[in-house]
Amino acid sequence: MEYFIELFLSGLTRGSIYALIALGYTMVYGIIQLINFAHGEIYMIGAFVALIVAGVCTIYGFAGVSVLIIAAIAAVIYASAYGYTLEKIAYRPLRGAPRLSPLISAIGMSIFLQNYVLLAQTSDFLPFPRLIPDFEFMEPVAHIIGSPELVILVTTVVTMILLTLLIKKTKVGKAMRATQQDMSMARLVGINVDRIISLTFVIGSALAAIGGVLVASYIGQVNFYIGFLAGVKAFTAAVLGGIGSIPGAVLGGLVLGLTESFAAGYVSSDYEDVFAFGLLVLILILRPAGILGKARKQKV
Amino acid sequence: MADKHKLLEVKGLTMDFGGLRAVDSVSLEVHEGEIAALIGPNGAGKTTFFNCVTGIYTPTKGDILLHPKGLATRRLNGLKPNKVTEMGLARTFQNIRLFPDMTVLENVMIGRHCRTKSGIFRSIIRSRGVREEEQQIVEDSYQLLVKVGLGEFANEFSKNLPYGAQRRLEIARAMATDPFLLLLDEPAAGMNPQETAELDQLICKISEEDRIAILLIEHDMKLVMNISNPIYVMEYGKKIAEGSPQEIKDNPKVIEAYLGEETDA
Amino acid sequence: MLKEFRQSLLVSIWFVFLTFPLMVVRVNTTESIVEWRWMSLVWVAVASFFLSYLWRYMLARQQAKKKVEEEGVQQLSKAQLLLEDMTFRYKAMGVLLAFSLVFPWIFDTYQSTIMISALIYVVLGLGLNISVGLAGLLDLGYVAFFAVGAYSYALINHHFDFGFWACLPVGGVLGCLFGVILGFPILRLRGDYLAIVTLGFGMIIKVVLENWNEFSFGPSGIANIDRPGLFGIDMNIDGSTTYIYYIMVAMVVFTILITMRLRNSRIGRAWIALREDEIACVAMGIDMARTKLSAYALGAFWAGMVGVLFAAKTTFINPASFTFMESAIILSIVVLGGMGSILGVILGAFILILLPEYLRAFSEYRMLAFGAAMVLMMIFRPQGIISNIRQKYEYKGLKEEADNG
Repeated sequence: MEYFIELFLSGLTRGSIYALIALGYTMVYGIIQLINFAHGEIYMIGAFVALIVAGVCTIYGFAGVSVLIIAAIAAVIYASAYGYTLEKIAYRPLRGAPRLSPLISAIGMSIFLQNYVLLAQTSDFLPFPRLIPDFEFMEPVAHIIGSPELVILVTTVVTMILLTLLIKKTKVGKAMRATQQDMSMARLVGINVDRIISLTFVIGSALAAIGGVLVASYIGQVNFYIGFLAGVKAFTAAVLGGIGSIPGAVLGGLVLGLTESFAAGYVSSDYEDVFAFGLLVLILILRPAGILGKARKQKV
Repeated sequence: MADKHKLLEVKGLTMDFGGLRAVDSVSLEVHEGEIAALIGPNGAGKTTFFNCVTGIYTPTKGDILLHPKGLATRRLNGLKPNKVTEMGLARTFQNIRLFPDMTVLENVMIGRHCRTKSGIFRSIIRSRGVREEEQQIVEDSYQLLVKVGLGEFANEFSKNLPYGAQRRLEIARAMATDPFLLLLDEPAAGMNPQETAELDQLICKISEEDRIAILLIEHDMKLVMNISNPIYVMEYGKKIAEGSPQEIKDNPKVIEAYLGEETDA
Repeated sequence: MLKEFRQSLLVSIWFVFLTFPLMVVRVNTTESIVEWRWMSLVWVAVASFFLSYLWRYMLARQQAKKKVEEEGVQQLSKAQLLLEDMTFRYKAMGVLLAFSLVFPWIFDTYQSTIMISALIYVVLGLGLNISVGLAGLLDLGYVAFFAVGAYSYALINHHFDFGFWACLPVGGVLGCLFGVILGFPILRLRGDYLAIVTLGFGMIIKVVLENWNEFSFGPSGIANIDRPGLFGIDMNIDGSTTYIYYIMVAMVVFTILITMRLRNSRIGRAWIALREDEIACVAMGIDMARTKLSAYALGAFWAGMVGVLFAAKTTFINPASFTFMESAIILSIVVLGGMGSILGVILGAFILILLPEYLRAFSEYRMLAFGAAMVLMMIFRPQGIISNIRQKYEYKGLKEEADNG
């Protein structure tokens, strides 16, 4: 039973990270129907910036939670800046181009950013400092759930609540929903669609960066290639939940995380990725709109 | 009218999108040699009706029956669009859907696809049969282009054609599938009066020379009144009238539907 | 003028900010050393300043070109016109073929080896071109079929000692079969979903090859695969390389011939129509599932076949040769060369494989450049280096026109 709970919690932790990254995919897809292939790289860049900032801070004498907070803020700022620039360079000139063009551009951008970090930094795995402290109150349950897991779960839940509030309650959120429904109509009623799209990329990238910092301090290492697999998995989560739907991304992330965790725990950890992709293929065949997604009729 | 062979019979066709009923139990018949028309204000559900008949949507309720001459009756509900086309029912699109990066001739040649049969292997060795079939496709397609008046543009890319010509190319492409019933979705949309007049003649010519029955959707009342009989009128998903042009003209419901729209505009 | 300058300056500052942590700082946490590389900041500043000028100029030019095209005027460059001239094409092909035949006698074995790998990518590119370029099905796991071919030869050779020639068609057919099996469930998916699922398949195959030790010998791979035999004659490495080179040239010619015929056939037209507009395509009576499946499977066929040759050439294979990066390289060959254009894909393969090979100093920038090139190509030249040559047909009416005029 304890093993089951352990797997469940690790699945939940993993799933909430997928959910954080998946939100970026889902929001972008909801608005411009593009799989932002380079989103995983934004997550990776977030983790890298956090690593660098944390490293510099530690060397210059800072310590403890303050380093974590500074690093996280830097990561969020930089990831958002990269996300914004990415959209401006690689996707905006391709509005209205055939469907495959922005997708290929996104794949190109993903390869470019991976190799940019590889060349600017290193191809080795870099150790990421343990920034999340062990809380004393966690001691009694430490053998089942560690402090980093708790921090990840709490951060994810808080982020989700903030995001939901942003989208449901604010004026910007309303504009985002309008743009998602009908871009040209939104433009007609005076919404600056370009700015909303940029904002979507910025928010998605910020969420990915939070995920990046959390994962890096949880797993303890960072490499230029981590974004690729995480990106593909998070996209799987987004599709699983129903792409375009924000609660769907969260649900999909959790389902994927749990599936992987249980499959690795009870079947074989070698084939973890196979389960994830198997799930994706199954869902796309059986229910292409995802768990929470609505089937959209194509207009003729 | 009763002695003419009935080709298409739609009974109580209903199409729901979520909670929205786009087409509400519409019935309609097209007989041999007819140019029937389906008219109605914007958003009346005409194109949805077309999409149901041609297999792009599967209707929620109702029957779509096709009675090909000399063959058994077939129910079209839920059939794939390509099967519907194979059975002899071809269509054009309201918002032109040509293959932009193919030449005008190639666009028409695509229409011949379901009437020809060269397979992969024989195409690779390019047997004599394949070469002959290929040449036949080219000649047939070219003849169709000449018929719609686009012969000289055969080797141009279709995206470079003027708007009116693109509409006529769509008709040629649909005819290449050898239909006995042709569905035209707003063929005159965006055309100037002269182009519309030419289109009138073309539609009549197709009806007479090729013995193809036609069902057309139109917004433009003038075109419809000149050439088609019978006329069906739809509004808000429902059929509100049917009959000869004269009957339609005098029908108070139709007048109301169209006048109501005009004050909106 | 001043506005332009200010804009470029802003872009420059923005990129300095953007690249600052990654390009300037390098931390070594184990030894607590921070390395500051201020010079790279200067490079970024200068480069982004000038590139932003170029970027704006190119965008403006693109806009102008679009406007001209909308007015219906079609511009064909001189090179494009030359390529549409059949007699020139035959002559050029003859010269190229002659050159490729004498190539191993002019250059040494090393050059032949490089040329063989370039030719392998030509075939891979042409195969992928069928599904991506012609039918518009974006396949990000194409390398999986390459792996199927390579492993089928390696395993059959290892267990049953069958030779290269017996396995060559087997590899192709198995690739094709895998294409059908994988293609079947995913045909209903829309373009971008299809891309992700194929990516997933590519990864699944690699994970399986890495972990299913009893079947594939795991990450250590399979060694001592037989080279192609020639009536049992013993050959040294040089002779064998030359022999493989000629097999490869023959294979490329074969591939070109067949893909050309397919493209200009009834099936090929259906593929292109499918790429252009799916709904119109099915409304014209084309069976979408069958057409997609045939494109997917025929593309896989070439990967399977050339996979056999790859295994025979390297005599050693392991899962590391079949990563997503390979799929990405093959895709960039197709994209850069020109989707759907056979000549373009061939040229793309040579440029992308030979250039990094001869510019060794820059070879670490290879993937960086590929990525950037994919983005830039999509924005500024989506048709690729050489756009598709349109097929002209002869019909009776044409002759009459010519006679009259």
